[in-house]
Amino acid sequence: MKVFIPSPLLSYTGQEKEVEVGGSTIAELLDELNRRYPGIRFRMIDEQDAIRPHMRIFVNGEQVWNLNTPLQPSDEIYILQALSGG
Amino acid sequence: MPTTKKTAKKKPTGAKAASGSVALLIATKKGGFIFTSDAKRREWKIRGPIFLGHIAHHILLDPRDRRTMLMAAKTGHLGPTVFRSTDFGKNWKEATKPPAFPKAPEGEKGLVVDHVFWLTPGHPSEPKVWYAGTSPQGLFCSLDAGDTWEPVSGFNNHPMRFAWTGSGQDGTPDGPKMHSINIDPRDPNHMYLGMSSGGVFESTDSGANWHPLNAGCVADFLPDPNTEYGHDPHCVRLHPAAPDILYQQNHCGIYRMDRNEGRWTRIGENMPKAVGDIGFPMVVHPRDPETVWVFPMDGTQVWPRTSPGGKPAVYRTSNAGKKWQRLDNGLPRDQAWVTVFRQAMTADAHNPVGVYFGTTCGEVWASHNEGDKWTCIARNLPHIYAVEAAELGK
Repeated sequence: MKVFIPSPLLSYTGQEKEVEVGGSTIAELLDELNRRYPGIRFRMIDEQDAIRPHMRIFVNGEQVWNLNTPLQPSDEIYILQALSGG
Repeated sequence: MPTTKKTAKKKPTGAKAASGSVALLIATKKGGFIFTSDAKRREWKIRGPIFLGHIAHHILLDPRDRRTMLMAAKTGHLGPTVFRSTDFGKNWKEATKPPAFPKAPEGEKGLVVDHVFWLTPGHPSEPKVWYAGTSPQGLFCSLDAGDTWEPVSGFNNHPMRFAWTGSGQDGTPDGPKMHSINIDPRDPNHMYLGMSSGGVFESTDSGANWHPLNAGCVADFLPDPNTEYGHDPHCVRLHPAAPDILYQQNHCGIYRMDRNEGRWTRIGENMPKAVGDIGFPMVVHPRDPETVWVFPMDGTQVWPRTSPGGKPAVYRTSNAGKKWQRLDNGLPRDQAWVTVFRQAMTADAHNPVGVYFGTTCGEVWASHNEGDKWTCIARNLPHIYAVEAAELGK
């Protein structure tokens, strides 16, 4: 399925803004993403498997919080990061 | 953590003065910078920024190989990590497994590393060992030169950890921190660390067990100022040439300990009363155990944490705190509200010693004569968190 990567994480994907990654849940998708782009998961997800405070994951436009959220092959995943701060 | 080895305490070596060029590794709120000097330490070249936009808390060159460099970093939004270079900062790679607490059992709340705050290379006899201190307070160890990190359970799972560290509200405004990881140069199993808050702690078995080491140090912000733990050491330094001598710049003054006595003595009371003995950094002379430098700040009322009176100065003692000398030749004379963080002042190993500090307003100051005269070698850098000196010559 399509996964859209925010600009702060493009250094991991070789500047690819959109990547195709499989997985039947968000957790599996993130694991696959991390296999392909080592280190990317921990920048988004902490060691207690919580989405970090300024990161957001949307599935087909709906925000999800639970990494066990099921996915379908046709889903579009947007990973977003807040740009707030100074 | 490395396996505990039975070692006899040996007299440390390396007391010979260095010569040649020096590197300054500058960690800032917006990335890292590497300064390199000429052999006389008069001219400086600046390389960077490295990882522009990352909050770099600490950058160190491994003194054991002089090539491996680690940078503790995060951004305002992305999680914490450690970047590694094995070619003196030309190319960098992220740690395969950055410091992270273990996942808590289902239904329990686990700890989360907010940022890696402090890095310390291990003992010379353990060439690939590094230690890291985090916010919130956690101790981590790498056995492979910083590529993978494991929690030091002897501290992180210690039954007293919560009592020692307090809640997350007990630390500094940007998070409670573990810092000042000091390894005894005579014995890799003998370590000290500092926590803000928490106090100073010691281990003699390579981190398997820990005990507080705060006797004599005041914690005047607590109901019991003579508590066993809960103190706020800002920076703790073990003297490399006399490893039983420890100094600390504490929230409640400047202290010295002879470990054989096991009790801190406040040596900051000999500072001028108008200046006080509050500050963040503590720098020890590479060879003389009686000489240290501090950078006082205003610790009155709401704690501005700026130079007292807007007149920045380094203070040096050459007799273990009996007398202090103000060193402000070359520094701004007035209206300079400077703050120097705990990792942002350092010394090289030359003779005379070079002393360096970086400010939160992005200036780097250098003295190649032990603080007698200061020169600003960089302006307009981002907010500086750490300055570390590394010898590049003999």
